[in-house]
Amino acid sequence: MNINLTLIGQAISFAVFVWFCMKYVWPPVIAALDERSKKIADGLEAANRASRDLELAQEKATQTLRESKEQAAEIIEQANKRANQIVDEAKEQAIAEGQRLRDAAQAEIEQDVMRAKEALRAQVSALALTGAEKILGASVDEKAHSEIVEQLAKEL
Amino acid sequence: MASENLTASSYIQHHLQNLTFGQHPDGSWGIAHGAEEAAAMGFWAIHLDTMLFSIGLGILFLWLFRKAALKVSTDTPSGMQNFVEMMVEFVDTSVKETFHGKNKVIAPLALTIFVWVFLMNLMDLVPVDFLPHIASMLGVPYFRVVPTTDLNATLGMSLSVFILIVYYSIKVKGISGFVGELTLQPFGKWMIPFNFLLEGVGLIAKPVSLALRLFGNLYAGELIFILIAILPWGIQWALSVPWAIFHILVIVLQAFIFMMLTIVYLSMAHEDH
Repeated sequence: MNINLTLIGQAISFAVFVWFCMKYVWPPVIAALDERSKKIADGLEAANRASRDLELAQEKATQTLRESKEQAAEIIEQANKRANQIVDEAKEQAIAEGQRLRDAAQAEIEQDVMRAKEALRAQVSALALTGAEKILGASVDEKAHSEIVEQLAKEL
Repeated sequence: MASENLTASSYIQHHLQNLTFGQHPDGSWGIAHGAEEAAAMGFWAIHLDTMLFSIGLGILFLWLFRKAALKVSTDTPSGMQNFVEMMVEFVDTSVKETFHGKNKVIAPLALTIFVWVFLMNLMDLVPVDFLPHIASMLGVPYFRVVPTTDLNATLGMSLSVFILIVYYSIKVKGISGFVGELTLQPFGKWMIPFNFLLEGVGLIAKPVSLALRLFGNLYAGELIFILIAILPWGIQWALSVPWAIFHILVIVLQAFIFMMLTIVYLSMAHEDH
């Protein structure tokens, strides 16, 4: 068991091996390991985030659904109210229109009656004159007696 | 098994002999035959088998991991990438649990130590005579296949770690901080020589214990495999199989301990007291 040059040879080869390992073996492997662990961490985080997002989305969806339901109910209610209102208005309008039509008809009737009376009066006065002419046998001076005839006609 | 008439002790000695290349005392260069010749070569000799297997296994480790690192993707990993990522992640967690500063060297260093030491230890599970026998047929007299049973290999690594400890201690605390740490505690400035003795021993003990622990475990394991191999061939399996199974635990554990202690020592070097 001699200590000899082998010792130095071993030390040199050891140094070379360590250098080679440090330069060409360790860095790529450890870089890959680090990168993979980072990838895994990222993946886990992404999964967490995704599940959180999903939860939020679900919450939002239910909220939106609830809101739209409320809105729909409100709209229906409003529509109902409006419909009732429209029906009421229509009723009122119809009543008013009926009234108006009846009034107009009434007025027309009255006018017609007046007009008929007028015509009748004129005819009566003419008839009276003719009658009177026949009774008196003489023509009545229309100018002189028109006043009387008119008075007569008015009395009719 | 180099010679025909083999005794148990020569068999063991043969198995514990590295393939040493160096200068013989007479001035010629060559392979040492026997422990005495290897010792006579002194410091300027080299264990060819240790170097071959350690560098070969180191290149195998880096080749496998580099291949996986080139194809690495952030999609679902498969096969080799899975294994490499598992190793890297395991080492990375171990480093992060112990070391809290910022240092780009420590984690790859720990990975290299763990996998390399593990692979070198793994050679222990190859049957003890298998590779040496092939080698001897090819004309190589000695062949030790487990680099971590060579004290040079473990000490080479632990001394590199020791240099890093000193380097980072000085880098983080400054020379004065490092010297102060060695001399001014635990007993204050009137006891500087005593403090230095204590702390110096503590400092030197780190690489020495690191190297000896790994070496001792693997050397002992190897020795037991060799001893089992001396037994009659019919009963070898009854001992070598349980020991090999137990040894699987030991080789992983020793690689892990070497890595963990390196991290701990380096994180201690980064801490200010």
